[in-house]
Amino acid sequence: MALAVVVVLLVVGSIVFHFMQLYGGPWYFTDLAADWGSIDFTINVTFWVTGFVFIVVNLFMAWCVYKFRQKDGHKAVYEPENHKLEIGLTIFTTVGVIAMLAPGLFVWAQFVTVPEEAHRYEVLASQWQWQFRYPGEDGVLGAADVGNVTPTNPFGINPEDPRGQDDVVVNEPNMHLPVNQPAHALLRSHDVLHNYTVTQFRVKMDLVPGLVSYLWFDPTVEGTYDILCEELCGIGHFIMRGSVTVESQEEFDAWLAAQPTFAETQAIPAPDLAAGQASYAICATCHGAQGEGNQALNSPKLAGQEAWYTARQLKYFQTGVRGGEGDTLGAQMVSMSMTLADDAAIRNIAAYIESLPDTPAEPTIAGDIDNGRNIYAKNCAACHLDDGSGSWYTDAPGLAGMSDWYFVTQISNFGAGIRGLHPNDHYGEQMVSMATAMSDIDEINDVAAYINTLR
Amino acid sequence: MSFFKTITTKPWEKKGVIGGLDPEGAIDAPNEKVALSVFLVVVSVVFSLFTVGYFLRMELPDWQPLSEPGQLWFNTGLLVLSSVLFQWARNIVNSESSKHLTAAFIGGGLFAIFFIAGQLAIWGNLQDAGYYMTSNPANAFYYLMTGLHAVHLLGGLWVWSKSSIKLLSGRETSDVKLSIELCTVYWHFLLIVWLVLFAILSNT
Amino acid sequence: MAYVPLADRDHEMEMHHPKTWIGKWVFCQDHKVIAIQYGSIAIFTGLVGLILSLLFRMQLGFPEAADFIDPSFYYQAVTMHGMIMVIYLLTALFLGGFGNYLIPLMCGARDMVFPFMNMLSVWVFLVSVIILMASFFVTGGPTGGGWTLYPPQTTLAGTPGHDMGIVLMLISLAVFIVATTMGGLNYVVTVLQYRCRGLTMMRLPLSVWGIFVATILALFAFPALLVAAIMMLFDILLGTSFFMPALIESGAPLDHNGGSPILFQHLFWFFGHPEVYIVALPAFGLVSDVLSVHARKNIFGYRMMVWAIIAIGGLSFIVWAHHMYVSGMHPYFGFFFATTTLIIAVPTALKVYNWVLTLWEGDIRLNAPMYFAIGFIFTFIHGGLTGLFLGNVVIDLPLSDTYFVVAHFHMVMGVSPVLVVFAAIYHWYPKMSGRMYHEGMAKLHFWCTFLGTYAIYLPMHYLGFVGVPRRYYALGTTDFLPPSAQDLNTTITIAALFVGASQLLFLINIIWSLRNGPKADPNPWGAASLEWQTPDTPPVHGNWGESLPTVYRWAYDYSVPGAHEDFIPQNTPESEEPTVDEQHFDPDTDESMADV
Repeated sequence: MALAVVVVLLVVGSIVFHFMQLYGGPWYFTDLAADWGSIDFTINVTFWVTGFVFIVVNLFMAWCVYKFRQKDGHKAVYEPENHKLEIGLTIFTTVGVIAMLAPGLFVWAQFVTVPEEAHRYEVLASQWQWQFRYPGEDGVLGAADVGNVTPTNPFGINPEDPRGQDDVVVNEPNMHLPVNQPAHALLRSHDVLHNYTVTQFRVKMDLVPGLVSYLWFDPTVEGTYDILCEELCGIGHFIMRGSVTVESQEEFDAWLAAQPTFAETQAIPAPDLAAGQASYAICATCHGAQGEGNQALNSPKLAGQEAWYTARQLKYFQTGVRGGEGDTLGAQMVSMSMTLADDAAIRNIAAYIESLPDTPAEPTIAGDIDNGRNIYAKNCAACHLDDGSGSWYTDAPGLAGMSDWYFVTQISNFGAGIRGLHPNDHYGEQMVSMATAMSDIDEINDVAAYINTLR
Repeated sequence: MSFFKTITTKPWEKKGVIGGLDPEGAIDAPNEKVALSVFLVVVSVVFSLFTVGYFLRMELPDWQPLSEPGQLWFNTGLLVLSSVLFQWARNIVNSESSKHLTAAFIGGGLFAIFFIAGQLAIWGNLQDAGYYMTSNPANAFYYLMTGLHAVHLLGGLWVWSKSSIKLLSGRETSDVKLSIELCTVYWHFLLIVWLVLFAILSNT
Repeated sequence: MAYVPLADRDHEMEMHHPKTWIGKWVFCQDHKVIAIQYGSIAIFTGLVGLILSLLFRMQLGFPEAADFIDPSFYYQAVTMHGMIMVIYLLTALFLGGFGNYLIPLMCGARDMVFPFMNMLSVWVFLVSVIILMASFFVTGGPTGGGWTLYPPQTTLAGTPGHDMGIVLMLISLAVFIVATTMGGLNYVVTVLQYRCRGLTMMRLPLSVWGIFVATILALFAFPALLVAAIMMLFDILLGTSFFMPALIESGAPLDHNGGSPILFQHLFWFFGHPEVYIVALPAFGLVSDVLSVHARKNIFGYRMMVWAIIAIGGLSFIVWAHHMYVSGMHPYFGFFFATTTLIIAVPTALKVYNWVLTLWEGDIRLNAPMYFAIGFIFTFIHGGLTGLFLGNVVIDLPLSDTYFVVAHFHMVMGVSPVLVVFAAIYHWYPKMSGRMYHEGMAKLHFWCTFLGTYAIYLPMHYLGFVGVPRRYYALGTTDFLPPSAQDLNTTITIAALFVGASQLLFLINIIWSLRNGPKADPNPWGAASLEWQTPDTPPVHGNWGESLPTVYRWAYDYSVPGAHEDFIPQNTPESEEPTVDEQHFDPDTDESMADV
């Protein structure tokens, strides 16, 4: 009896909940931003068919439970089977299945057939970053292979391939697309399986190392949308984020023109160490002549850090990505970084710092080394490597031999959201999420103490 | 009774005992033999899946076919001999005699051991010639599939050794009859698997 | 050896009667003891899986409070939870537990065909569990690569447990497959060869049919997992490139070249999809029997039920790639696999109709097992219908890898089979223990589990609609997610903790009742199938006393017109049918006369 009532209530409750979400509730499909209304149509058809079955069968069951519950003197009916009824139900079910499958297959045929006029672009995934490549003037993407990957050629574009020279490379996780232009995404991965998902576009596809997969869509609504990875790709899976901006053709063209071509990225002159040394003079007052750092002045050790990381941080200070609200010490660096005139100056000084002799900083933090090792090995080593040397590939700076007190400040800043949440800090948000691996200041100290042993 | 007819009967209609002393549909063979047949189907699935994997992997560009050494023909001969001896032992047992039984049965197993030794020798030669497992997927599949086949033979040899000890210690022939029967079926099966593997490996 | 008829075999059969405690409870060859060993190990392992799920639910629902869960442990917990629940709990419990207990009893046999191999099976299973648990204590911990273990990710430095954990996982799986094969050969041969006199295949209860077909699926599907595991072990330990393409690990290129990660996925899902039915088919069978007994009515459309079990089992081998619509495989496969997947809905739907029609015009006894069985129908309808979304290839595009998938498969192969497990344990408890469980506590357990799990999984579908991806340690700042998504996640976690805690009711009930429950009647539900007709309760070693039973009818003679009892046991001869005598039998007042 109670069971019958509860089943009815669950059916009614589920339907009410569903319609609440359908009409204005917060937990339903996002507004469609691509021309895939046919997918939503198939979903709606499926809702009607399955919803009908859900209601009818459950209510019938509840009624049976109520009507045929045990009563004195009542006896069940002996009826082994009823072939007509079963055939009828089979036909009814088959019709329902066809009603759902037919539009499904029809729309799938659209999905697997990329329109001729679709513009190609490449999505490259690696642990745990997105990068993008657009064909240049010739409209063709140059050949690329994981074997060609170097720090200066993260796409692995074949340097010998003339078609690749004019390719526009976007070495950051934000991409743009022109509105109402069918887009044909070619998907590549350099390490593990990833999945390129923009929820508002409705379509997704895995990126598989060793082959090129694809998907296509026609973005119809201007705006900026999140790109998520939706295939488990390791410990950083949940922090592998990017964004796609859909905008007018003019805006898109202007953005694309501002991005470097592959040839341009290869033609950057070697850094001028002498010029770097000259501009470093002003840094030396706080960070020391050898970049050894000075805790009294809150200046971390710089020597031993690879140039790509130093350069990126200087750029961040210049553009206000770092040193903003809450980061009073970082704010000092904002004005200092302004002394560097252009990107070339940043490259020069970063290269000079990399060339300085790397003497490990004196440990200042004590902690439980075993606990620190445990946390580090499980959560940090994936990007910063087992020896704490960092890697350009994972956008992770070196930690071993650097100022431990600075590490503690920065992790605390990440944890408090002071660093890393600026919209243009493409990599810092990852650390905001990962910093939760250390639950309090004691654990941060433990990790710092462990890193001190890696030298 | 056919499978189709079985599953279309209406069980509620007919009451009373159906069939004789045995349940309808039971297979007229020792249970061990039924179990062995099911097991051989399972093993066939394993080898088939490896073969499917082999052909799928072959399609990929880095595949370099391995030229199988001629010694495989010799090894194949050893395995055929082994199977023939087992069949001889089975015939002897079935004809209720025991003449040459021990020689045939134990000989069959010994030739299987020679076969495995031969396979190991080929592995050694391939290693010496620089055909390492890691250098190419064709090599890896070669080691994997021949190794797996040898492991199955070793499993058979374990049963064979137990029965051989019984035979040598002079037990009644009837004690080992079923075991000889099963070993023979198993050996024939592994011979067929080997011939198929050999054909695939040497033709690709 | 010529074929020995079964009746003669009976007195020949060696009963290995143990003398000592160790012989009785540890190295025992009695299928009933082995069943309880299998079941206990599986349930213990399942408790570990349950606790892991509560831990990672804590992280998702209360990220601030659960700061002892770091990303690394989160992924390990998710992975181990999945693998434990699918393989070590459900597969082992349905085949090793219920299969072992019920097959010989329902077939009227004294034991399995090969009792020694049966005993080996449970010990090998225990070894696989120990290897699995050992991975919690090795360097790097257990693997965190997701229960699908997709390479190359599982073996690379970016994944927790990439060093020892994954190796132990693969070895444990291989050992488990050995155990399942030993058990599976036993179940298949027992059903074929050890049925008692008069017991035709079509007179078997559906429980046996479900377990029988599921065992055949297991025998054919697990080899695919074995092959995948072996090849992956070669890739990890010997440096081959079966699944490993050229790739970069932490910025440095690896030596692998040319392998295909998608090949692994094909092998994995060629096992993985039948695996769903290895769990589901026994559940289908068991629930059919529970429904029929407590509705006092034959299972409706018995033949259709058997055909559906066979059809589902067969079809389950040609739908595997519906797990791979967005895997980057050739997209044209989508047409084929979407079609086969939706075809499988037809026999499945027929089973649901027949369960409901079994209730129709029944005389329903709402005992605890019946609560769980009816709850199962509800959750299975829900989970089955959401499968039609994911199986229909284009709808999989927005929904795959979201919480919708998680909600779907938990409804269909988590909650539903587990409700059947409870239904079956309560239903057969009187026979297995000789005691009755506490009815009130069992019903409370039902309400907590049934309503609690619905509160977990109904909202989870909607998180999937919004687009919340699965396997995310934290949602971070994601523009399209409303902040209330986190509130919903918190609600789900509260429901999960509640359901987790309420399983104590079950454990307390079955353990307490072992000693303190009232003595059970040998056939408390008035069931017709053979296992309730044993001379002893619980059945002793050998099951049937002096002589084996003979079967005269099918297992569903409930409420037969003219009979004065509402069930006739399978081993009742026609001559002894307890009928109402002619002058008292009035077809007009006997309600069991079908009016259709």
